[in-house]
Amino acid sequence: MTANARRDSIPPKIWAGVALVAIALALLPFAAGYIGQAWVRILNFAMIYIMLALGLNIVVGFAGLLDLGYIAFYAVGAYMYALLASPHFNLHLPFWVILPLGAGLACIFGVLLGAPTLKLRGDYLAIVTLGFGEIIRIFLNNLNAPVNVTNGPQGVNLIDPFRIDAFSFAQAGNILGVPFSGPQKYYYVLLLLTIGVIVINLRLQNSRLGRAWEAIREDEVAAKAMGINTRNVKLLAFAMGASFGGIAGGIFSATQQFVSPESFGLFESIIVLAMVVLGGMGHIPGVILGAVLLTLLPEFLRSTMEPLQHLLFGRVLLDAETVRLLVFGIALVVIMLYRPAGLWPSAVRKRELEVARAPEAAE
Amino acid sequence: MSQLSLLIAKDISKRFGGVQALADVSFTINHGEIYGLIGPNGAGKTSLFNVLTGIYESDGGSFVFDGEPLDRVKPNEVAERGIARTFQNIRLFQNLSALENVMIGRHIRTQAGVFGAILRDKKTLAEEAAIEKRSYELLDYVGVAKRANDLAKHLAYGDQRRLEIARALATEPKLLALDEPAAGMNATETQALKRLLEDIRRDGTTILLIEHDMKLVMSICDRVLVLDYGKKIAEGTSAAVQNDPKVIAAYLGGEVALNLKGT
Repeated sequence: MTANARRDSIPPKIWAGVALVAIALALLPFAAGYIGQAWVRILNFAMIYIMLALGLNIVVGFAGLLDLGYIAFYAVGAYMYALLASPHFNLHLPFWVILPLGAGLACIFGVLLGAPTLKLRGDYLAIVTLGFGEIIRIFLNNLNAPVNVTNGPQGVNLIDPFRIDAFSFAQAGNILGVPFSGPQKYYYVLLLLTIGVIVINLRLQNSRLGRAWEAIREDEVAAKAMGINTRNVKLLAFAMGASFGGIAGGIFSATQQFVSPESFGLFESIIVLAMVVLGGMGHIPGVILGAVLLTLLPEFLRSTMEPLQHLLFGRVLLDAETVRLLVFGIALVVIMLYRPAGLWPSAVRKRELEVARAPEAAE
Repeated sequence: MSQLSLLIAKDISKRFGGVQALADVSFTINHGEIYGLIGPNGAGKTSLFNVLTGIYESDGGSFVFDGEPLDRVKPNEVAERGIARTFQNIRLFQNLSALENVMIGRHIRTQAGVFGAILRDKKTLAEEAAIEKRSYELLDYVGVAKRANDLAKHLAYGDQRRLEIARALATEPKLLALDEPAAGMNATETQALKRLLEDIRRDGTTILLIEHDMKLVMSICDRVLVLDYGKKIAEGTSAAVQNDPKVIAAYLGGEVALNLKGT
């Protein structure tokens, strides 16, 4: 699709659209900052979740392997960053060294999870991956003795923010006379990384490898009969998916400056899976939409439910947190009933072939 | 011998619990022929396919394909060696377009990996373009080019069968193994299929054909192997097999065969 798009000239209308979106994305943190810095943080979280959801989408959406322990890779990336850039071991490596290391380690863990589960599918795979996710969390919780590696349930504190020389992304400061808050600075780093992750995902899907993943999802026996080495291709799906989780984890560590095993429970895995499924499994724009909605919606409900109850009943009948989960749950059920393929499911990828028009001209 | 023979099967056996699905079946397929495999339901035809293509492991016997032994080989390696198959109950990649189905068939003959996919270097782009071009040609070859951008599951039944053949051809097989390609087709579609199979043979691919449509088998196959209860009961030209009393007995029951002998 994109290969063809490149051959044809891109119409100016599309360029105008891209420019508008770019300006909107660039100004977004200031608009959010106007309402409150908390909303800039929420935007940043939305982008971390986009990365996570896209990573999981490779495993669940493309290759069709149900993974309920995906958050483990996020944890691996987060702890990798935490341990290599904090006073805990008194190591302070720069972020651009740790992020690839975190991605690499998560990748190895992805293969470790993938290798023994190659013959499993569906429910059985879900149970094993769920167990794997819990194992990682419990390890992190208990690796404070005999040698204190993870600092156990207390977590790792005072993690270094992203920093280039003296420029710290966590501190507020002026750039070219414009005041930036810490989260606003992070926003731009995250935006770049997220765009990178999206581009990589789009390219992967539209490649020989992406098609092999989809073939396995559709019919594993037929995929094998067509010569696809399903073992390697599945392991690659686990590894690629996990490495995006690892990167997201590293950024999470740096923005929060604190990690503890609590952040990596089963509920998180389920939320990320819900983003993929709700948005539209295997469809990258859908998954992005799912991640954004499921990050913003709960926050929106959190901030509106109490004022709304005051307005309607004059007092708070239900705790905001309770209402939030209730509405969230109802929304999920309704969406699954009325849009079982997700909010924005994938359409057939049309390939307008040059060969279709002029067979001899194509090369 | 091996110059002439593409596939030599020797004493192939397969047992499922108490059922002997295949018992010492031996046969030889020559380069460039259409070799029929027939037999009543449950005779072991599809089992033989599955053993040949590595989906089942045989309990005994050996294959020599294109001069090299083909034993204990995984399905994907079988495809790489040059045997492509279709399935009795169509197994397309339902939610992908017809074109993408064929493009997946090109997987084994192409190379791009993770880095090629991400970086989209010139070599990868050229390979992708070649995959698309070849896949489209194959769709055209089997006659479903018009449906290239439709989901496989939305294609008419006959077109799905043709698409499966195109996908198999995309792997550049030396031997194309078709499991009941005419099943569920009407007479016109079967005629078109017959022409397609003749074209494929003419273009240099040997065909192993399981089929229940005797008219098709007898009119197109150079030689035919007849299985019954997992045993080879006859092998030879269509005409010879057709008049073999054992074959008639297998298909129509022993008594009819005796009666036929009597008359």
